[in-house]
Amino acid sequence: MNGFGALARAQWVGFWRDKQNWFWLMAFPLMFLVLFGFLFRDAGASKSTLTQIGSVAVIDQLPAEAKAQFNDLFEVTKTTDAAAALEEVRKGDIDAAVEQRGNEVILHYSQADQVTAATVRGTLSAFVDGANVAVSGQPPTFTLDATAVEDESLKPIQFIAPGLLGWAVAMGATFNAAMPFVTWRTNKLLRRIRLAPIRTEALVASRLLVSVAVALIQMVVFLAVGVTLFDLQLSGSWWMAIPLLLCATLAFMAIGLIAGAVSKTAEAASGIVNVIILPMAFLSGSFIPLDQAPSWLQSISRVLPLGQLNEGLLDTMVRGEGPSSALLPMAILLGFALVFGLIAARLFRWED
Amino acid sequence: MTNVIETRGLVKRYGDLTAVDHVDISVPQGTFFGLLGPNGAGKTTTLEIIEGIRQPDEGEALIFGEKVWPRNRALLPRIGVQLQASAFFERLTVEEQLRCFAELYGVPLARIDAMLDMVGLQEKRKVRTEDLSGGQKQRLSIACSLIHDPEVVFLDEPTAALDPQARRNLWDVLRAINAEGRTVILTTHYMDEAEILCDQIAIIDRGKILTTDSPRNLITGLGAAYRILLSEDALAEAEAERLPGVESAALSNGTLALTTYDPSPVLTALAERDALQGLQVTSATLEDVFLTLTGREYRA
Repeated sequence: MNGFGALARAQWVGFWRDKQNWFWLMAFPLMFLVLFGFLFRDAGASKSTLTQIGSVAVIDQLPAEAKAQFNDLFEVTKTTDAAAALEEVRKGDIDAAVEQRGNEVILHYSQADQVTAATVRGTLSAFVDGANVAVSGQPPTFTLDATAVEDESLKPIQFIAPGLLGWAVAMGATFNAAMPFVTWRTNKLLRRIRLAPIRTEALVASRLLVSVAVALIQMVVFLAVGVTLFDLQLSGSWWMAIPLLLCATLAFMAIGLIAGAVSKTAEAASGIVNVIILPMAFLSGSFIPLDQAPSWLQSISRVLPLGQLNEGLLDTMVRGEGPSSALLPMAILLGFALVFGLIAARLFRWED
Repeated sequence: MTNVIETRGLVKRYGDLTAVDHVDISVPQGTFFGLLGPNGAGKTTTLEIIEGIRQPDEGEALIFGEKVWPRNRALLPRIGVQLQASAFFERLTVEEQLRCFAELYGVPLARIDAMLDMVGLQEKRKVRTEDLSGGQKQRLSIACSLIHDPEVVFLDEPTAALDPQARRNLWDVLRAINAEGRTVILTTHYMDEAEILCDQIAIIDRGKILTTDSPRNLITGLGAAYRILLSEDALAEAEAERLPGVESAALSNGTLALTTYDPSPVLTALAERDALQGLQVTSATLEDVFLTLTGREYRA
């Protein structure tokens, strides 16, 4: 296409020379990724603290394998001072204290933290049951092998990375469309381009190419940081994120073009974009996973373009669903792109 | 001679204001044509209608006999438009800007060097446009508008806000553009600029073309008097008044000013008396033309 390459190159070079773009579209979202990544790194892996008063044969005589398992779940300290141990439980400094009198294992817990108490009770009683079975000399009739539905390595990073990537791409594509058109209208570059014998489509397409390339670079950087720094595990059809991001870029670029068309100054355009993208990011689960959110919030998320993008990214990148799970979000994103694109085309102005 | 540009009854209204009021312009091939008028006279709007950027409310503008509105992509490679100095891609160097425009017009990249030589920006080729001076930006902007070797060039106030040295440099560039046979249309509110550069001037005020002619014809057409200025010790005021051809003589601030419609005999008589100390001869200027046409002082 006549002029397409020239326009794409000029915008690409200009984009990367702007250190602000580096910061807002790369460093800033990555800061969130690193922050959340470290904050939630050990969540779910925290051990219960248990004080063992005197000798507790059930624990002390566990077979080696069971002992290792036990140590994974409990951080055990030993004491002979029963009164002090109970006082610590009362204060909440330790989760529980355990002692054994004959064949009776006694667990002291505090009702102040019932969730922790229940966890400790349940876990310890499983070990006592196990010991009973072992003493009986009979192999167990039933065994339980519990597995999480998502992935065995499920960690918060699995949810954080796709959501933040969706936000970064949405922000990038929207700003990338809104800002240049306002700036170019103000400084008359748009008029200068209009005076060159090129098609309008070449101008829009060149901007799209730059935005898609930026989105893919954001994805590569995010995944690289997630995988190397936080042990992010990508599931089989993660590559479907590429067409997903392409459709999302189209939709958000159209939103950006509308913001650019209704704004007189770059500052106004930037404000409008922030007002659209930031609340959408919260409502779409970019910062907080929506799995435990109330159902009305999940419904709102489903009618937002960023909600669709995040859902698609989660499905394909970490939930291990097949490539076809991305098709519905992609179709909806293309629908948004079409509707917003038509509005943007109607509102588009060459001149102020 | 064929007319490169023709406008017929151009009208553009903004609310109650008629910015362009039935403007007819014909510009022959190779002419350096100036649209001269004070700020707000309608120069820029007229120019933008001819460039095909703005739609007129009435009338039409033709370049090479083709309508310029709606956007006529076949016409665009034949015209070059210089816009405000800031119309560049952000954060590109001088060379990269020219390269982008060269590619938009599909012309060989060798044109970049030719343009840099012409506007004297060779040593600035690796500099980003944000770091150029005002005059350098203007020259780059002209280079960008000439990269595709257009037959007609539009320049909107090209020397506005330039220092005198930069203005003169730019005038040399503009003369060179016209000398290569291009038709040049320039808007300016500087009288001296129009007088020095243009073959033809249309004086425009309040959206109307008041007159169109060469600067020389406009000035002599006024039939205005010449002023001959001398030092006060050159000649007595009473004697000066009696010289052949002198209409009046007046002494003020140490300068003796003579008014005449026929300067030759006056100057001869002064030379005979060896009374040429501090001699200055001034004729009418375009400012006088403007004053005569509108009855108002010219205020740029």
